Amino acid sequence: MSKYAPKLSELKKEFDEKPSVLKGDYSAQEWWDRPVEFRDGNWCFPGKQEVLADLGFANPRKWAATDEDWQLPADWQKTISDGLQSRLKKYRSLKLFLDACVRCGACADKCHFFLGTGDPKNMPVLRAELLRSVYRNDFPLVEKILKGFSGSRKLTKAVIKEWHMYFNQCTECRRCSVFCPFGIDTAEITMLVRELLNLIGVNNNWILAPVSNCNRTGNHLGIEPHTFVQNIMSLAEDIEDHTGVNVDPTFNRKGAEVLFITPSGDVFGDPGVYTMMGYLLLFKHIGLDYTISTYASEGGNFGMFTSNDMMKKLNAKMYHEAKRLGVKWILGGECGHMWRVVHQYMNTMNGPADFLEVPVSPITGTRFSNAAATKMVHIAEFTADLIHHKKLKLDPKRNDHLRTTFHDSCNVARGMGMFEEPRSILRNVCNSFHEMPEDTIREKTFCCGSGSGLNAEEYMDIRMRGGFPRANAVKQVKDRHKVNSLVTICAIDRASLPPLMNYWNPGVSVYGLHELVGNALVMQGEKKRTTDLRENPMAGFEDGGDDDE
Amino acid sequence: MKKVLMPLVMVALLALVPFVGVQYAGLSYLFGVIIPYTAIVVLLAGFFLRLADWFRRPVPFRIPTTCGQEKSLDWIKYDRLESPAHFWEAAARVLSEVFFFRSLFRNTKAELHKDANLAYGSHKWLWLGGLAFHWSLLVIVLRHSRFFFVMVPGLTDFLDHADGFLDVTLPTFYITDAVVLAAITFLVFRRLNDAKMRLISLQTDYFPLFLIAAIVVVGVLMRYVVRLDIMPVKDQMLRLVNFSVDDPGEIGTLFYVHLFLVSVLAIYFPFSKLMHAGAIFLSPTRNLTNNSRQKRHINPWNAEIKFRTYSEYEDDYREKMKKAKLPIEKQ
Repeated sequence: MSKYAPKLSELKKEFDEKPSVLKGDYSAQEWWDRPVEFRDGNWCFPGKQEVLADLGFANPRKWAATDEDWQLPADWQKTISDGLQSRLKKYRSLKLFLDACVRCGACADKCHFFLGTGDPKNMPVLRAELLRSVYRNDFPLVEKILKGFSGSRKLTKAVIKEWHMYFNQCTECRRCSVFCPFGIDTAEITMLVRELLNLIGVNNNWILAPVSNCNRTGNHLGIEPHTFVQNIMSLAEDIEDHTGVNVDPTFNRKGAEVLFITPSGDVFGDPGVYTMMGYLLLFKHIGLDYTISTYASEGGNFGMFTSNDMMKKLNAKMYHEAKRLGVKWILGGECGHMWRVVHQYMNTMNGPADFLEVPVSPITGTRFSNAAATKMVHIAEFTADLIHHKKLKLDPKRNDHLRTTFHDSCNVARGMGMFEEPRSILRNVCNSFHEMPEDTIREKTFCCGSGSGLNAEEYMDIRMRGGFPRANAVKQVKDRHKVNSLVTICAIDRASLPPLMNYWNPGVSVYGLHELVGNALVMQGEKKRTTDLRENPMAGFEDGGDDDE
Repeated sequence: MKKVLMPLVMVALLALVPFVGVQYAGLSYLFGVIIPYTAIVVLLAGFFLRLADWFRRPVPFRIPTTCGQEKSLDWIKYDRLESPAHFWEAAARVLSEVFFFRSLFRNTKAELHKDANLAYGSHKWLWLGGLAFHWSLLVIVLRHSRFFFVMVPGLTDFLDHADGFLDVTLPTFYITDAVVLAAITFLVFRRLNDAKMRLISLQTDYFPLFLIAAIVVVGVLMRYVVRLDIMPVKDQMLRLVNFSVDDPGEIGTLFYVHLFLVSVLAIYFPFSKLMHAGAIFLSPTRNLTNNSRQKRHINPWNAEIKFRTYSEYEDDYREKMKKAKLPIEKQ
């Protein structure tokens, strides 16, 4: 286990014994008097100087959150105040969310970080109050006259430290906004505070390095074009070895009907690569005329965790490349925050995409009118439609060694509303699917604890706590239904849930939905398959004596 | 405790001001005419200016919180209220929040049990308490319209009868009076009783609760205990409605306390969290349709961004791309 996380037994002991607000302990200490302590495991390494220089970001320097002096620029206070003012003018959401809260407390115990840390400043209402208290002090006049009455305070260096800690203990998952009677969305506040912090060089390398990579090479992992091709080709070779089918993907090919874009984690990371193999098998199975771009080789968008301008800049490549290649529409792979961006921001930021056509499935003829303007379809919508029209030859028995449950990814759930498509696919490709408890799925789903660019190794303590509510829900179906497979449609989940499961629920593996599709697809001309794409033996397909040997 | 006691003391002092002012200083004109007029002007102007201030700020992105299935494939039923695809569905979503506190109805309570186990229980008390509080306040305010019209409107009469159906006392006991006091008691005690609530509550959260409680208590005293003569009150209210600045006649001091506290509430309203009454209509996570892939949402300030183009990318990687047999634009 990571040296940055406590032993499970220690953490459980802390949960049992340490008094906390979550368990009803009130220690008369007001929240603004509670100290902010950075220690191993609760802060991410700051952006490297060369990364900041490459992006043209403010205040490159060598520093750490544990330093007493963060070497903020001389005019940091003015930068933050002006930055806040200008964002209040540009975003009704920000202004309204700062003004409307009545502190009813409905959100308080909805945040996975609060449930995992018991730290009161992780209650969404207080997280927003960290900014609200400063906003009140600087702005509305009457509240200023009645100082102390409305909990306002000055913007100090201590406040910046507090912001850095708690706006990085928010994964922008929006669960709180489901329960808020006014729909106050802490994600919106977190996004804008992170923008402000970036203006004075308070940042996170695990976010900024991928941003810089993505700008330069087209993807977060910084894979250059030849390596990108090599990797996918080696996956294609694995597929051929394994199934006897040649999936022959093409790259940067002009005139293809569809451009396929997926997070680069699917090309490089384990277990994402098995999901990639699933896509390749699917496209081969239906004979899709598609191509993959090495330039627009990233579906994810860490710009979203940096600033809205950066989000726009990175996302611009998708349309730019689709136009250059002359494709008809774009198909997007399994990813969480990628789909928040594609669904809610892309067309506004980078559109109109009038050089593309309204997506039509070449296999079923279904017109995706819900994507008529953006011209980008989610692979789960695409595959669910194929299965609905019985265009896939599937053998769900091939997934009988997997007893599954489904994790709704926050962004796809609460920033898009896609719940039924993945479930309908899952029911068709496997025989054992059990839902987690009702309060932990669909719009009430819990984050993996590492979303929004917090997947850093050095952040393991907070990640294991933040992922606790999700892990705990998995544990219930593991105990009750012997679930051993956690299926998800998000690349960050595929990277972050395996360590979370190892920590809380050893024995549960993490799968991409299309990996299961790939397992179940009966390909034309395939050889006898006895193992799944991970080369784990499938139940009931063992090499038996009844064959022709 | 300071944050509870301070607002309590403030409300008590505020209640004393008109008592002393009218009883001992004879300032009935100030408390019966000048302050009520000021209050109503501040309330109306303040409320609309705040609304306008929100309204003039752009909504750059379409960010509804989707709490139900999106509209996608024909054979998948979408959630019209929680993932609205049309304007009227989004309007229904907002109205369901306004009238029925739909999101609060979802509320759960999380409990951390032994050996790191979380349990969630349905927790509708806040929903119930909030609904009881707001609805009874609305009925009470509407009931008061009898003071503003020479001929009592039909709706007011109806509410009056409905509210007083128990008919147990003389004058008729209004159920909403009891409900609103019970609801306020609950709303105050939940802030004190729960560690989370205690921690997040500010003076500005207790103050309006105490203020409204004081208004109701004084009203109840006037009606059931002191049995204030109602005719001079109605005369004075009719004068105010007709923009008269005549001196109010002889009215019991309690009435001035009641009227003054209402005026304070009206003045406080636009500058405080009470503006949630207007904000709820404008919340972009609730009042927008979830159709941003179908119809382009326009951002009025859509920032100009320079991104790295394909040709810049190819310039950097041309040789490597050639080696990998990738098609290129320029040799």
